[in-house]
Amino acid sequence: MREWPKYVVPVALGALVIGLWQFLVRHYDVPVFVLPAPSDIANAFVTDFSTLMSALWTTFRIVVIAFALAVVSGVLLAVLFSQSRIIEYALYPYAVILQVTPIVAIAPLIIIWVHYENIDLALLILAWIVAFFPILANTTLGLRSADFNLIDLLKLYGASRWQILWRLQLPSTLPYLLGAMKVSGGLALIGSVVAEFAAGTGTATGLGWTITEAGNRLHIATMFAALAILAALGVTIFAVLSGLEWLLLHRWHESALKKEG
Amino acid sequence: MASLVALKGVSKTFDNGTLALERVDLAVTKGEFVSLLGPSGCGKSTALRILAGLLTPSDGTVEFAPGKPEIGFVFQEPTLMPWGPALTNARLPLDLKGINRGEANDRAARALKRVGLDGFEKSFPRELSGGMKMRVSIARAIAAEPELLLMDEPFAALDEMTRQTLNDDLLKLWEEDALTVVFVPVASRKRSRSRRTASARPATA
Repeated sequence: MREWPKYVVPVALGALVIGLWQFLVRHYDVPVFVLPAPSDIANAFVTDFSTLMSALWTTFRIVVIAFALAVVSGVLLAVLFSQSRIIEYALYPYAVILQVTPIVAIAPLIIIWVHYENIDLALLILAWIVAFFPILANTTLGLRSADFNLIDLLKLYGASRWQILWRLQLPSTLPYLLGAMKVSGGLALIGSVVAEFAAGTGTATGLGWTITEAGNRLHIATMFAALAILAALGVTIFAVLSGLEWLLLHRWHESALKKEG
Repeated sequence: MASLVALKGVSKTFDNGTLALERVDLAVTKGEFVSLLGPSGCGKSTALRILAGLLTPSDGTVEFAPGKPEIGFVFQEPTLMPWGPALTNARLPLDLKGINRGEANDRAARALKRVGLDGFEKSFPRELSGGMKMRVSIARAIAAEPELLLMDEPFAALDEMTRQTLNDDLLKLWEEDALTVVFVPVASRKRSRSRRTASARPATA
């Protein structure tokens, strides 16, 4: 099958749905504060452009930094775990606890701890908490999945611990890490937005705040516009990370190979 | 004749209680091609791994001639690193020794040529057939110019014809390089072409 249907078909479906939506809203005279038509949303997008863009920038900054921190800390901790079973036994359960605690519950706590003025820091921490665990879990698994025979071979040739880590375990872990990154990217976004919801209005300035504010003022069209931007951001993050995965894996890993024939 | 390496009274019991070897003596002379024969489960792989230093004996000793020889090991699986091409794989023992990249590349390329993979230096393992991957594994083993080559059913995963070809190529390598080889062939009833064979029976037989 050729490549283009992969891109054209979802877009065509989207266009169809939007067209139908516009028609039904106008036809049944649905009030704008219940369900705005796509044209209303487009209008709101133009009217509130600067607010929306600055909110996007705030959220984007937080997500990118939280994600980067999650990757660095997740990988470092996983490497530490692979070198010391004791540390792994000691810390892994707490990592799990961190992951299963709903951030809506701890958000107010974190916000108080970092002091109300540092709301961005609180959002960063909360987004990091959500994004951290998949990286840790997958990288830990990946490091353990190195070919045993290859480990034996490296030992035979006198490789040190670090050489085994660098030459064998880290490359082996790459597919697992990249898979986790795709998940974590989206989670960092969700974490950041949910944290803003929990922080309440008048404090944060990202997309989560915009959605809440707009909702409170019944500017539903603006709310939808913000949601659309959020969705677009999520898709972009996923696309970028998928591209990275292809870049690093396509020459050798089964997951990225094109089927011959 | 002086042994290059010898197992003396070696026993091995695994953690799960399996007795793999019981008081085994095996002396390998320099330049010999020894085949270890026997049915599955009689301890050939274990003996080979103990020779390589990958397993420690529960009892007995492994004695090397003075100046511990360079050892090469070939597994039943090609055991290649999938993320690098053939040249990188063949180069591994040299990289681990810290040999500079240029010289390492040359030696690895020469090893690949000797196993008949000239022109495939840049091919990734997934692009190679089973027999070719095995050849890369052998190239890797000889790239560091070992004195002792240990091979654990290296051609088991291949078809009969490829196996014959590789067997012949291996014997040629053995003669050209004056290697010492300890070889575990796929168990079969055929007569071995080895100059010397050592047979074993599993303890429960």
